[in-house]
Amino acid sequence: MTSIVTDRMQTPERATQRKSLRARLQEWLPKIVLAPSFAITLFFVYGFILWTIYLSFTKSKAFPSYTLTDARAYQRLWRWTFESNPPSSWYTSITNMVIFGVLYIVFCLAIGLFLAILLDQKIRGEGVLRPIYLYPMALSFIVTGVAWKWFLDPGLGLEQTMHQWGWTSFHFDWIKNKDYVIYTVVIAGVWQASGFIMAMFLAGLRGIDSEIIKASQIDGASPIQLYRRIIIPLLRPVFLSALIVLAHMAIKSYDLVVALTSGGPGGSAWLPSNFMYEYTFKRNEMAVGSASAVIMLATMSAIIVPYLYSELREKNR
Amino acid sequence: MRKILMASAILAATALSAHAEDVKEVQMLHWWTSGGEAAALNVLKQDLAKEGYTWKDVPVAGGGGDAAMTALKAMVAAGNPPTASQMLGYTVLDYAEAGKMGDLTETAVAEGWDKAVPAALQKFSVYNGKWVAAPVNVHSVNWLWINKAVMDKIGGTEPKNFDEFVALLDKAKAAGVTPLALGGQNWQEATMFDSIVLSTGGPEFYKKAFNDLDEDALKSDTMKKSFDNLAKLKDYVDPNFSGRDWNLATAMVIKGDALVQVMGDWAKGEFKAANKEPGVDFLCYRFPGTDGSVIYNSDMFGMFDVPENQKAAQIALAKATLSKSFQSAFNVVKGSVPARTDVPDTAFDACGKKGIADLKAANDGGTLFGSLAQGYGAPPAVANAYKDVVSKFVHGQITTSDEAVNQLVQAINDAK
Amino acid sequence: MSAATVGARPAGSRVLNRIVIYGLLLVFALVYLIPFFVMLVTSLKTMPEIQNGNMLALPKDPTIQPWIKAWGEACVGLTCEGIHGYFWNSIKMVVPAVAISTLLGALNGYVLTKWRFKGHKLVFGLMLFACFIPFQSVLLPMATVLGQFGQLGKVFTNAFGMNLGFGNSTVNLVFVHVVYGLGFTTLFFRNYYEAFPTELVKAAMVDGAGFFQIFRRVLLPNSLPIIVVTVIYQFTNIWNDFLFASSYAGSGDVMPMTVALNNVVNTSTGVVEYNVNMAAAMIAALPTLLVYILAGRYFVRGLMAGAVKG
Repeated sequence: MTSIVTDRMQTPERATQRKSLRARLQEWLPKIVLAPSFAITLFFVYGFILWTIYLSFTKSKAFPSYTLTDARAYQRLWRWTFESNPPSSWYTSITNMVIFGVLYIVFCLAIGLFLAILLDQKIRGEGVLRPIYLYPMALSFIVTGVAWKWFLDPGLGLEQTMHQWGWTSFHFDWIKNKDYVIYTVVIAGVWQASGFIMAMFLAGLRGIDSEIIKASQIDGASPIQLYRRIIIPLLRPVFLSALIVLAHMAIKSYDLVVALTSGGPGGSAWLPSNFMYEYTFKRNEMAVGSASAVIMLATMSAIIVPYLYSELREKNR
Repeated sequence: MRKILMASAILAATALSAHAEDVKEVQMLHWWTSGGEAAALNVLKQDLAKEGYTWKDVPVAGGGGDAAMTALKAMVAAGNPPTASQMLGYTVLDYAEAGKMGDLTETAVAEGWDKAVPAALQKFSVYNGKWVAAPVNVHSVNWLWINKAVMDKIGGTEPKNFDEFVALLDKAKAAGVTPLALGGQNWQEATMFDSIVLSTGGPEFYKKAFNDLDEDALKSDTMKKSFDNLAKLKDYVDPNFSGRDWNLATAMVIKGDALVQVMGDWAKGEFKAANKEPGVDFLCYRFPGTDGSVIYNSDMFGMFDVPENQKAAQIALAKATLSKSFQSAFNVVKGSVPARTDVPDTAFDACGKKGIADLKAANDGGTLFGSLAQGYGAPPAVANAYKDVVSKFVHGQITTSDEAVNQLVQAINDAK
Repeated sequence: MSAATVGARPAGSRVLNRIVIYGLLLVFALVYLIPFFVMLVTSLKTMPEIQNGNMLALPKDPTIQPWIKAWGEACVGLTCEGIHGYFWNSIKMVVPAVAISTLLGALNGYVLTKWRFKGHKLVFGLMLFACFIPFQSVLLPMATVLGQFGQLGKVFTNAFGMNLGFGNSTVNLVFVHVVYGLGFTTLFFRNYYEAFPTELVKAAMVDGAGFFQIFRRVLLPNSLPIIVVTVIYQFTNIWNDFLFASSYAGSGDVMPMTVALNNVVNTSTGVVEYNVNMAAAMIAALPTLLVYILAGRYFVRGLMAGAVKG
């Protein structure tokens, strides 16, 4: 893949000997163009990450303090991690992250793929259906949170409606239940993002070479076999992109929890992002908040970096 | 890069003081965005307009001030504090400790605030001998709000102690009304628990446990009994209480779906908004067994360390805030009582008059205590740790009062 | 080309198949529409009907009063002029932020695929990972930096009589959104240009075209699909942002739509006017909804053209 264009860039010594100033500028231009973006990222992302790491080793309370102390913020998080009876807020947050992260990603992928396959069957009215699946992504949870809250509330929403329609044994009070509230967050989250994932899969399906499909059909593959053996494996890159998008949205799901549950019964719906915000801004324990942010980022990189590494390496072949 | 920025900052500072024209504008950060509160604040805006100051509104609603406090932190970190901001209790002291607050002492002395404002409030509005905030009101937390029609129907009378309260709730239950309207959010549960502790342990105990954070008091049997009493009250709550907003709980009482709500006096604003009259449509009693004591919280306008040319505007704002006319006008609407004890109670309704008298008595008798749930008992870290434990107890993550007490002690020690 | 282009099956089972497929699609569509439906019917009801009625029932006596109120009378803090005025604030912020971040993303993607240098993968990896930083943790350091910009602005005001945009809240927000949007825009364009034939670039170079000429004449004209994707993505995210907007631009004259909406919806006391809230919410969401509905077709096309390729 490495082209001749790039080869020339990589060996500037050879070229510079008799180049005019203008030509030399041309050679440096790409780097000059990229430099501001890269510098900004380095400073405003990685610089700030370093700042956060530093703060996690200080006694910062309401405001940043720059006097270093020991790792007591981490010691507290460590203790809270294993304090499961009664669960500490941190323990609740990280277990919720696992439940939410896995279910959210799996359901979004599954529903997204399923809808994409259905929509890809030469459907009349696709132009109407597609925006219906997509629109939740366009709305912020400041907007939809209230509607969801009602819908899930047993006294106002689905349960009451079913009762009014005569199905009086119907019971749906997950949002009021400390053990189930996180699943309501999953429901709303999947509703929001699965349409977007559907669009990604749909694009992937439309991009598949029809020759491959024809060939396998001549071999006598049934439609289900066709999807399982040929098409879905071909969508691997889409799966990976979708995973990146979903992972980053899962990690940043903060509004969702607040708008839908305001933390849930006894704080049982918290995610790590809620924990971090709560400790940094509400409880004036900035060191603990920073430490939790560092742990979140470290966990993220443990998952994402190997993936990025393998993806970028592969392209090299 | 940093050096350049620093140099530019110095340059800017000198340049600014070079031609300092007085700014005729107050910038005000607050989260009073709902109709009644905004109307009340408008009174202040108009008072200032009369003196030629314009009002630059910075409203950030949500989470009972959480979003506003985040915005405030960002503004202060950027070195652009507003002229003033609505703030609560220990937050004022945090900012003062960080050297971000201004100094209103001169004005305070001239206006006689030291004498008019209760000492309990001055604990938060004065830092190291300097006035840093203007208190707007005093809310009191240990109230019962009762629907009179329901009360008459079940033949109830004012409960004088906790057992009578439970008996009253039983009557309502027997009559098929939801006895206790509660919003299952941690601050509401903890606000109710404040009153339960005061009722169960008495004023001395409350102060020791929730203002002094005395460990022996926190793990005492009295505290266990308080948790047991909380568990008792939980039996009278409807199954859908979890996560309910406080004003929806108040609406249950207003509509007669529920008998009583334990809530601060801001609940009165809801009754007023629904055109209900005290004594006719609803009743306000002190939480049983807490008569004579007041658990308070207070809204304050924190005054920041602003550039020289904005000081005049800031002083005008502070003066207007603590003027008797504004204190009366504002608090009549808000449901709270004035932050100074020398404001006539003529404009207030029966509950307001009782509130004013109670505050005065409690202030004189030394039974005026900061609400831990509302951030006036201890710094935010402790207050929130406390709310966690109470809420986990209510929602079943913590199952026994023994465990609750242990958790409370540990959580508070962690947060100290 | 549809993956299902070829399906030769007996006619009877085909009809059944179609029924099942359409049925499933419709069921899903209904489920997806429920929150929107709730919002819409609520916004057309009167308060008593909301308090006593069924959430899913159609309004008995539809009224557009809530919409009128949300548009022109609802209180955002102390000013009661509705939320229409905040559209302009949001647009002033969103349009430049989207334009700048998209352009930079395109240039970055161009450099990272067609003008590669040693370490280009590391650079890209670092920029991509930046997407994952939780915004709450950059709030305060960013505020400090913006404060420095403000100081710089004052210096410029003294020196040149204008602040050159430093310290202006809208400019600050644009800057913040560009900074934290770069990762995604770069990702989109890089993946798209990765598949773009390098031969065309080489040919242009042989013809003596320079860096920017190639970008403008060869790549940009072929980038429409991915531009659509990037613009939609950025537009939605920036329009809907609340955290940065409330922290860096709280006051009325620059307050973006989301903050205004939040102030209408999140009242702490008083009777909550759900119908007005819902109407306000829908008005505030109108631009993003329109973008999705109008550009939805191009969105899938754009994704197809490259964004989804790893």
